[in-house]
Amino acid sequence: MRTAHRDHPNYWAFVVHRVSGVLLALFLPVHFQVLYMGLNDAAQFDKFLTWTHLPIVKAAETVLILILAAHLTGGLRLLAIEFLPWRNGQKTIVSITAGLSLVIALVYLLNAA
Amino acid sequence: MKRPEDTFDAQRETHLWLAQRLSAMVLALCIIVHLVTIVGAVQGGLSAAEIIDRVAGSGVWFAFYAVFVAAIVVHAPIGLRAILSEMTKLSRARVDLLCFIAAIFIAVLGFRVVWGFYTMGGAA
Amino acid sequence: MSRETLTVAVWRGAEKGRYQKYEVPRQESQTVLDVITYIQRHIDPSLSYRFACRVGVCGSCAMTVNGSPRWTCRTHVDKVLDDTGQLDVAPLRNLEVIKDLSVDMTDFFDKWAKAKGQFHGSETRHDDFSAVSPDSPQRKVASAGIECIGCGVCYSACDVVAWNKDYLGPAALNRAWTLMNDERDVAGIDRLKAVAGAGGCQACHSQQGCVERCVKHLNPTGAIAGLKRATAIAALKGQLK
Repeated sequence: MRTAHRDHPNYWAFVVHRVSGVLLALFLPVHFQVLYMGLNDAAQFDKFLTWTHLPIVKAAETVLILILAAHLTGGLRLLAIEFLPWRNGQKTIVSITAGLSLVIALVYLLNAA
Repeated sequence: MKRPEDTFDAQRETHLWLAQRLSAMVLALCIIVHLVTIVGAVQGGLSAAEIIDRVAGSGVWFAFYAVFVAAIVVHAPIGLRAILSEMTKLSRARVDLLCFIAAIFIAVLGFRVVWGFYTMGGAA
Repeated sequence: MSRETLTVAVWRGAEKGRYQKYEVPRQESQTVLDVITYIQRHIDPSLSYRFACRVGVCGSCAMTVNGSPRWTCRTHVDKVLDDTGQLDVAPLRNLEVIKDLSVDMTDFFDKWAKAKGQFHGSETRHDDFSAVSPDSPQRKVASAGIECIGCGVCYSACDVVAWNKDYLGPAALNRAWTLMNDERDVAGIDRLKAVAGAGGCQACHSQQGCVERCVKHLNPTGAIAGLKRATAIAALKGQLK
């Protein structure tokens, strides 16, 4: 089936928003569980945290920040569409949200590395 | 002709939509604070002591994280509900039940951590 | 593809069917509807398709051209051929195929009625004409959406329509929003009740396929956002019960 009707930036932004939302929802219980572990056993938690010094884990964290940033900026874009007067240049807004997400992830990476 | 369940539907769906958007606005602020905190915390590496030092016994951080978790509990299940009803063949009642369970699950895991960090001041 | 002829793949059958290839003479300023008409008149008279005005007024000739919904009478072949020179024409998505390129538009128009797309005034023929200022903000909002020709392109471009069979769709909701801004109309709250709910405006994810593809350059996403705000205010007041 041809899906050329989806070939436009606002559709891609929708896909990013949906996929990032699902990934965040899946990550959240893991995040809470790790923090709960740290709560009960600080030594164990610090041992876990040394693991986060691995480059591969740093990379994964950066991707996670990128996902969070994408859902944040994409969400703000949607709130603007729904609650503010319409603005032309929706595709420009999509590219701004994409750029901003990358900047946020990069800022994290530079500080974590 | 409009059936009674349709009008019930209109009120409920609109409330859910509004709840998701309002919680999104709260989350936007929380996530910005969260991101700034994370970037500050990762400088020089993370440690349990650093996190505990910051949040344990702090009423402000407790209030912040409580609001953060509450907003997630509202926001995420409504989003999952839209996805499940569009992309699976589950009935609407089943989707609602699953998302309600998801909300409880997130709430229990989240508040357990928030409360734990707040009250552990003396223990750490 | 030679310069003189165009190979076009056309959907034949109903929900189940296949693409059939035809060779059609290439002409200057040829539209997709010209191509389809040529096939029907010169190659296979059994090809079913729908058109009327041929000049972009009636909204009856919409089809899926190279994967996207378009008004075929105003779509030049030059503009839609990809690098490989491919042209395929299929019926509109999201509507039941009757035969070949003709779809059943019943659901599409029933949803207009369901969204209370009819004007409900309070005045009679004995009253004088209503004076609506062209400069009033409401009139401007209404004007922005009233040029819809009901072609079904937005309905076909929308994935929410494909995923949620109750979803009223961009055209019906756009129509409802123009009426909400018609100061002569008195069906306000009833219409908001009709456009809220699982199949209503809240189902829209602002994918903007409708805005992207609308042949009249209307903005259904913006109209639906207006309905979202209006229904939210009404719900807070408990008016949607």
